[in-house]
Amino acid sequence: MPVTVKTFQAVSEAASALSSDRAARYLGGGTLVMRDLNEGDVSIATVIRATDRTLQSIDVAGARIRIGAGVTFARVLAERDLAFLHPAARSIGGPAVRNMGTVGGNLFAPAPFGDFTVALLVLDGMVALQGGFGVRDMPIEEFLQSRDRQAGALVVAVSCIRPASADAFRYRKIARIKPKGGSVITLAAHLPQSGGRVTGARIALGSMAPTAVRAKAAERALEGRPLDASAISAAAAAAAEGTAPADNSLASAWYRREVVGVHLRRLLSGQES
Amino acid sequence: MAKTPLQFRHNGRDVALFVDGGTNLLVVLREMISDVTPKFGCGQGGCGACTVLIDGDALLACLTLAEAVEGRAVETLDGIKTGPNLHPLQRAFAEGFAAQCGYCTPGMLMAAKALLDKIPQPSREQVVEAISGNICRCTGYEPIINAVLAAAASLRASA
Repeated sequence: MPVTVKTFQAVSEAASALSSDRAARYLGGGTLVMRDLNEGDVSIATVIRATDRTLQSIDVAGARIRIGAGVTFARVLAERDLAFLHPAARSIGGPAVRNMGTVGGNLFAPAPFGDFTVALLVLDGMVALQGGFGVRDMPIEEFLQSRDRQAGALVVAVSCIRPASADAFRYRKIARIKPKGGSVITLAAHLPQSGGRVTGARIALGSMAPTAVRAKAAERALEGRPLDASAISAAAAAAAEGTAPADNSLASAWYRREVVGVHLRRLLSGQES
Repeated sequence: MAKTPLQFRHNGRDVALFVDGGTNLLVVLREMISDVTPKFGCGQGGCGACTVLIDGDALLACLTLAEAVEGRAVETLDGIKTGPNLHPLQRAFAEGFAAQCGYCTPGMLMAAKALLDKIPQPSREQVVEAISGNICRCTGYEPIINAVLAAAASLRASA
């Protein structure tokens, strides 16, 4: 069914068009919205696009790194200052998908997709939303919890901190197909250490719930402790707590719950997957 | 509903037509300008059979909104040979038995061309990565990887 395509120069105009039309969807790279259109999703009557260059900007000068929502994974991979995000970007799709998919769109990707968001979630990620009132920042965790009610607000950028050290940030996507496939589980951890103890542990999981989630019980198991075998065992034992994985063709919910601790243990102890 | 005018370059030729809103590029290529070299596989971005080059980058035609290629250069498998001469990639695929049923072949060739255009001497790992978004159910990939490496060697020899 044909839809109306509206292209705006300014993000603010696109945001107000989006908020005034319940049947409108914002089109970023196309990997989610075009897929829905191809499948005949009749709930989409209007497609909104914006050509605003601010959506394409990458700002690495400040304490927080800011990436425009329209930045593709291919561009993340081309940016040396974003090297710590390269493993997450590279784990997504093939080159064609990475030339299209954007960091903003990834926030909306349903499980088993949305791997990049898992990495942002442990790096104190924030979402910049343009509404009728201007731009406001919201923690990614809060954004994901209310994602389905965010219709009408346009994501203009994401931001995150740099890892405390190269070894403090870890990311891994578990897939059945090499070199890559859909996520069985995606894991990210940020483990800053002070005086030999973990402080401010963040662990996030993808494909373990409808959106990326933090594994807070596993975080608590590590907090204030040295990253040794007993702390890692405690975190691994708590990994599945609070998760709600689904069955899909890649793995069953049961399997995901069974192996999430195994993969978290390997990630935290620096073993190969 | 009103149609939208659309102009772009298709394999070096200017194309102008009218499209329905929300039409994807694959429909434009296959059904409106009769270039059936890009294939419809999944319509979801999972198979790579519709891979084309847009301004030199590999993209999936089925997930590209037609309006988004306004003024841009689209290159498909139909445009990579020179006159009667096959592109070195096509020759290497034929000689190396890299095509069986052939359905993935156009996407594989375009993904490989995107690689060789940027990295003329790729490593085996770079070839594997370049075609990692393209699914083949016949060959087991080895003949395809070898053909891309052979084409890179022949392009190098003729350069």
